[in-house]
Amino acid sequence: MIVEIGHYALALAFGVSIIQALVPFWGLVRQDRALASVGSSAALIAFALVALSFAALVTAYVRSDFSVGNVVANSHSAQPLIYKLTSVWGNHEGSMLLWVLILTLFGALVAISHNSLPPRLRAGALAAQGLVAVAFLAFTLFTSNPFERLSPAPAEGQDLNPILQDLGLAIHPPLLYIGYVGFSITYAFAVAALIDGRIDAMWARAVRPWTLLAWTFLTLGIAMGSYWAYYELGWGGWWFWDPVENASFMPWIAGTALIHSTVVMEKRDALKVWTILLAILTFSLSLLGTFIVRSGVLTSVHSFASDPARGVFILLILVFFVGGSLALFAWRAPLLRQGGLFAPVSRESALVVNNIFLATACATVFIGTLYPLVLEMLTGAKISVGAPFYNATFIPVMVPLLLILPLGQSLAWKRGDLLGAAQRNAMAFGLAVLAALALIAFTKGGPVLAPLGIGLGLFLVLAAGFDLAERIVPRASGWRAALSRAKGLPRSAWGAALAHAGIGLSIIGIAAQAWSTEAIAVLKPGERLASGRYTIVLESVTPRTGPNFRAEVARFQLFSGGRELAPLEGSKRIYTARNMPTTEAGIRTDGLSQAYVSLGEAQDGGVAVRLYDKPLILLIWIGSIVMAAGGVLSLSDRRFRLAVPKRAAPATAAAQPAE
Amino acid sequence: MSVAQPVRPVPANPLPTKRRMTRKQRRLGLIAAAGAVLCFAAGLVLFAMRDSIVFFYGPTEIAEKGVAPGTRMRLGGLVEAGSVQRGPDQRIGFTVTDGNNAIKVSYKGLLPDLFREGQGVVTEGVFEGAGSFRADSVLAKHDETYMPREVADALKKQGHWQPGGADAPAPAKP
Repeated sequence: MIVEIGHYALALAFGVSIIQALVPFWGLVRQDRALASVGSSAALIAFALVALSFAALVTAYVRSDFSVGNVVANSHSAQPLIYKLTSVWGNHEGSMLLWVLILTLFGALVAISHNSLPPRLRAGALAAQGLVAVAFLAFTLFTSNPFERLSPAPAEGQDLNPILQDLGLAIHPPLLYIGYVGFSITYAFAVAALIDGRIDAMWARAVRPWTLLAWTFLTLGIAMGSYWAYYELGWGGWWFWDPVENASFMPWIAGTALIHSTVVMEKRDALKVWTILLAILTFSLSLLGTFIVRSGVLTSVHSFASDPARGVFILLILVFFVGGSLALFAWRAPLLRQGGLFAPVSRESALVVNNIFLATACATVFIGTLYPLVLEMLTGAKISVGAPFYNATFIPVMVPLLLILPLGQSLAWKRGDLLGAAQRNAMAFGLAVLAALALIAFTKGGPVLAPLGIGLGLFLVLAAGFDLAERIVPRASGWRAALSRAKGLPRSAWGAALAHAGIGLSIIGIAAQAWSTEAIAVLKPGERLASGRYTIVLESVTPRTGPNFRAEVARFQLFSGGRELAPLEGSKRIYTARNMPTTEAGIRTDGLSQAYVSLGEAQDGGVAVRLYDKPLILLIWIGSIVMAAGGVLSLSDRRFRLAVPKRAAPATAAAQPAE
Repeated sequence: MSVAQPVRPVPANPLPTKRRMTRKQRRLGLIAAAGAVLCFAAGLVLFAMRDSIVFFYGPTEIAEKGVAPGTRMRLGGLVEAGSVQRGPDQRIGFTVTDGNNAIKVSYKGLLPDLFREGQGVVTEGVFEGAGSFRADSVLAKHDETYMPREVADALKKQGHWQPGGADAPAPAKP
């Protein structure tokens, strides 16, 4: 019964979304305020209905209701409760329902917030958001219905893919989807502005919190996915330039550019047309990502069995929304009033340079991701584009951007002083160069690019810190004055500094992987294996039984330079329902570094063991968390609250999901 | 009508002309900067396309196309049943087949969990000529019912494709 209610609610949400898409639009055309404001109620109702539908599916999973085909294919009664829950989105149908849930959640948030928004802008945005919801609800209902019943109902389910039975998966897709789908709001606002033919700093102020929110979650989602792949796949890699990873990375790069261009628009009333285009492109890349992941057109390590019919449906959605919005852009953008002028040396010009580089970097990833597909369609040849391609294209584009980032950060608005900015960063730059040179001398004969990378990361961290210090600690003043200045500094300044320092930390972590080492051997109990700074001694191999798997657990003693660390365990599991093996890596954190043990097959009375030394690897993800923290700080900036003197709705509504 | 003569707009006052000039200059500067970055990136992409892209072949394609020894590529097909041999030091040999042709693959390292005889596999490495291939990575997949699309296509070409089990989740057993 509950399952039917869920299905029915989803169908109702589809109907309500059609109303949300059409009625406000009709109201805009007819200049009828009452009609135009229907969108808000419709958005709230649509969200409530999808939430009910999602709750119904969750209930079916928690109760292990094996009369539902989706539950049978992806769950098992012996699974722990947490994995029964995560199974809901560990499959195509359920994850589409989560997609739609987050989409309508954002619609509802727009409906209840931004009371100071021009009503026409809100009506247009809700209509555009409604149209996206119509398309994806139709997709879910007609091609990927999670509520289909099976008759007769089997007694037991087929279990969730064991590799997905992991805590990382509990959080990774929801975070990623909030990010991905959050950009639909900026898209909707862009479409509304185009329909309205007007755009100003107010628009930028309304859009910026949503962009920040989506970007923050996308940052966390990508980092979480990367960490999950690192410890769950057991190959010690943390990023593979795989099409599915790129699918989430491209909206992230475009979203980063969008955050910076909305600042220019808000402060200087310039760069309007470009910002609108960027908002459209960012969500288009999210849609492209959904297409790549869901259609399986590109072979990826993430590929799951997929259905081409769904791919065609998503392709149509993609063509409609990208093509439609770009056509609207071509038609209406000339109506938008041109923005102000600005001097070549100024903060706004630096942000334009940022946008040029980020857009180019995004384009290189785009080409690398889609070129195999195009080539196969044209010539039938199959190729794979991997890390060497991106190392030769993406990184050379990003390095100059990151090198000049601190300069832009310390340039003033309107008219900057390049020499002054250079002087302000000279100390950070000098220290970073010294550190890189010292590292090269110290690791003589080792990799040369890596110390330079660490120098670059250090430069970003130091420059962000020094820039803040310079603003807070004016010469000849006490700590009391400094404290009050620190309080007076806008939160968004703290946020920007934190985000930039976060990139620096991640870069240090990434560069340090040049010194990661790996060793493989077959070990019998008592035998040892050394790699880098770490040595392990196999203590024992014992069988163990989990709720829905059998495991062989290998226990190791771990030594680092004569010092004994806490022991670690790696295991091979066989999930009984699918008879599928997985490897659970044993990881021991040692400061910011990790020792990583992965098991191979048992042979010759021993077990094959791979040991990695991963120096400073935690910095990669710590940096991402620092970046996201920067996003949260910026979100809490006063000016997003000041935008609405009457009620504190927009900032709090936007900030709430972040907590 | 003196169309040939260029008509110069007479400025109403000097300021707007000057502003229009700076706007135009600024825009040109912007376009030049964006163009330079894009050209730089395009150069990088073209350069990288030549060197860092690997082609995917099945065993029959290698035989038919006369792939030169020393070529870096991806090889895909089925792991021939009974062909896996384990040597000392994690050395592993197995045969990749598409039903008509087969290539002997040597690999040193740990195999992914889902590597099994009779199942699809994709390896990356160097073709050494004379039907042998030195792999430096064997790609893992997330899902045991998943058949790498390239492998499925290669098998289809050779008429050894049996649908079911590979491309669709198995139907529920009552």
